[in-house]
Amino acid sequence: MTLNKEGMTPLPIEQSSTRERLIKKSPSVKGFFKRESELRGKWLIYCGALIIIIATVSLTLFLVWQGLRVFLFDGVNPIHFLFRSDWNPGDAKHPTYGAFPIIFGSFAVTALAAIVATPISIGTALFMTEIAKKWGDKALRPVIEILVGIPSVVYGLIGLTLIVPFIANHSDSIGYGLLPGMIVVGMMILPTITSIAADALHSIPNELKNASYALGATRWQTIAKVILPAALPSLLTAVVLGMARAFGEALAVQMVIGNVTTIPHSLLEPASTLTTIITLHMGNTTTGSPFNHALWALGLVLLTMSYIFILIIRYLSRRRTLS
Amino acid sequence: MKKWLAFTAMAILLIFSAACGNSNEKTSSSSNSGSENTKAAKSASSSEDVSGQIIVGGSTALQPLAEAANEGFKQKYPDAQVQIQGGGSGTGLSSVASGSFNIGMSDIFAESSADIPADQLVDYKVAVVAMTAAVNKDAGVTNLSKEDLIKVFTGKVTNWKDVGGNDVKITLVNRPDGSGTRATFDQFALDGATPAKGIEQDASGTVKDIVSKTKGAIGYLALSYFDDSDKSVVPLSIDGVEATVENVESGKFPVWAYEHMYTKGEADGVAKAFIDYMLSDDVQGSILESQGYIPVKEMQVERDASGKETQK
Amino acid sequence: MRIQTVNRIATSIIILCAGIMVTIMLTILGYVLFKGIRFVDWHFITTVASTFNVGGGIKDQLWNSFYLLVITMVFTIPLGVAGGVYLAEYAPDNRITAFIRSCVEILASLPSIVVGLFGMLVFVNTFHWGYSILSGAIALTIFNLPVIVRVTEDALRAVPQEIKEASMGLGVGQWYTMKKVLLPAAFPGILTGIILSAGRVFGESAALLFTAGLTSPDLDFTHWSPFSENSPLNIFRSAETLSVHIWAVNSVGIIKDKVAVASGSAALLVIIILLFNLAARGLGALIQKRMTGK
Repeated sequence: MTLNKEGMTPLPIEQSSTRERLIKKSPSVKGFFKRESELRGKWLIYCGALIIIIATVSLTLFLVWQGLRVFLFDGVNPIHFLFRSDWNPGDAKHPTYGAFPIIFGSFAVTALAAIVATPISIGTALFMTEIAKKWGDKALRPVIEILVGIPSVVYGLIGLTLIVPFIANHSDSIGYGLLPGMIVVGMMILPTITSIAADALHSIPNELKNASYALGATRWQTIAKVILPAALPSLLTAVVLGMARAFGEALAVQMVIGNVTTIPHSLLEPASTLTTIITLHMGNTTTGSPFNHALWALGLVLLTMSYIFILIIRYLSRRRTLS
Repeated sequence: MKKWLAFTAMAILLIFSAACGNSNEKTSSSSNSGSENTKAAKSASSSEDVSGQIIVGGSTALQPLAEAANEGFKQKYPDAQVQIQGGGSGTGLSSVASGSFNIGMSDIFAESSADIPADQLVDYKVAVVAMTAAVNKDAGVTNLSKEDLIKVFTGKVTNWKDVGGNDVKITLVNRPDGSGTRATFDQFALDGATPAKGIEQDASGTVKDIVSKTKGAIGYLALSYFDDSDKSVVPLSIDGVEATVENVESGKFPVWAYEHMYTKGEADGVAKAFIDYMLSDDVQGSILESQGYIPVKEMQVERDASGKETQK
Repeated sequence: MRIQTVNRIATSIIILCAGIMVTIMLTILGYVLFKGIRFVDWHFITTVASTFNVGGGIKDQLWNSFYLLVITMVFTIPLGVAGGVYLAEYAPDNRITAFIRSCVEILASLPSIVVGLFGMLVFVNTFHWGYSILSGAIALTIFNLPVIVRVTEDALRAVPQEIKEASMGLGVGQWYTMKKVLLPAAFPGILTGIILSAGRVFGESAALLFTAGLTSPDLDFTHWSPFSENSPLNIFRSAETLSVHIWAVNSVGIIKDKVAVASGSAALLVIIILLFNLAARGLGALIQKRMTGK
């Protein structure tokens, strides 16, 4: 801010030629233009910042309000909504709104995907930073970038045309279910976790590693005893970010999970997630109906979970800066 | 360096124009639609030149038929523009009631959803769609009594051998709760019983895929999805009545529903012309049947919103 | 000895992980391209999609994808760059800045379907824009804004502090320093980020489902007035994009050749996104070279 004021004050004459070259303005209107431009620039930039705030706040408020309607106006008990398993909002006579199986499905897919993706991702990140130090990063960055770039529907399509038939042929299930959901989402969050984990491992000071090697530790000992503990908060952040992505993934999961609103008892059984139920039913319900409101409440759960993921990441990063 | 000046100037301009443009266009579009309404009203009185633009949207089941009809409609009324959108039956009903669609397409009666002011909407029944249970061939059944069918769908029976089929586990394939197909099937094939939970798929093609590939699977499909060459999916007869177009028309086979087009108040202008065209022989003949629908006028029975059936 | 064995096993497992990663990428690309590429021909690209007949193409969907991308970028780039500049240079170290940072973080981690729901609630239903390109573009802007903000901020922070100090020391104002010194220096980084995010926007589907809609009017490519209903440029018409089309034919569609249409579209989508990736790397490197080579 002090620099800014300095820039506005008139300068000694001997410096003005350099300044002219830099700003290329005619001297007579120089001061005027400069001040105006500074203002305009500032205005533009504050406008950008303001819009970011407006977007976030309005998005949150609108969705919270819309999501609460089912509890406020349709008399659904939030506890029942969150913890009961009788999801049947389309029933004409006795609609019931126990969304637990759906919420459970979301968590199951997220956790399973993270379990599948984390070892592979962190392994790859270790490969890039510890094993093939010279070329690993160069060779695998493009791979990660390509995986990040592939649209989620394409992952869904692969799940639908490759993984589901494969499972159906090799078991006595229908193929749709948690397992293909887990594989598809797991593949999708691989690049997310890998790239953040690789960055985290890169930032471990070399002195630490060298000290360990100097003590005669093997590579694996160094990794397990020095590098991984040092990078732990960052690695957890990477996993949580991956899980946040998995939790919100919609269409790819919807194509393979089978969309049954019961709690699955095995990986081969079909399930549903918050996102799949929302996409499947939103168009079929009329605006203002309790069923429709219940879907918005599912959206609110989704929103809340995103905020919780953000809080976890914040907590982890605070721990990181402390250590 | 000049480029940078130009770039930022452009950026500022864009923001300005975007900000102003939005509000301008918003007002202009609303005033547009106002003037269109009056225009449409005028053209209805003259009935000669049908011009203007309408949005038809809703049921994804009816959407292909509307799009097919629109091709002929365009040639007949070159000045009229009909935009067909999907969105689902619920969206169709809500949007026509709120005025964002000129015609709302729906698989279900507006009366059946409590939040729609059905008395403000005018119902045009444009087609009949009939459906039946689709069974995987390994189940070994081709006919079920309604009682057994209800047992199968409500999960009281979990093996086909209990209803006279092979020793194969039953796998249910449902439609999303709230979809027209499901509502119709629940009401007329299951007599209002709530089916047990099963996989839910929105697309008929996917349902057919699953039923044909999964041993002992049962779902339901519109009659047009069964074809004689593919024996892996069996159309189920109910109470000994085969699911054929003739049996539906005569009222013997009960699992059918109307496809509706709703307008808010009596249709006028382009909306009226479009619905008239939908109901004309141009559409009711070949186009409709090629898409597997049954013309409403062929039906010897009719139904009201509560499902009560009367002989014509 | 035992330690050495453990070390060797662990090393091979790590190498295996990297191998799995590469295999997954190759499998996905190989499968999508191999399966879909034979359906992609001139006819497929230039034919209108059909909701009920076999043999439909993807002409309008392809156009919609690009048009929506352009409109989104028109909104996103100025706002995102401005936001990034603010955070990198202007933001005082106070509560408001911390709040804006949180907002960026929240927007970045929101699931795209939540953004889509918001778009539906506000733009489609409340503003009565209906399923339209405008609704879709604004939803995508919300979704893409944090990416551009971060890219800009990072690129600006990567510019050596000395350059900025030299400019400021000459008495040049903050905004002029930004415009003439910092932004040009950060340009390659920002451009790379923008192109990569364009690939993301191009493939996005969940945010568009409820905002841009599942249908597209028959576009009249001889009619370019933005106010005509079936003009390709009209921003108040519904617009199904390529990636939404892939989902729609598989999940709600009834066409019989859905495998051909979906695989072909997927192959095309992946090819275009690969091109975006290549362009991002190529252009970034090229500009960097020209700027430093001079």
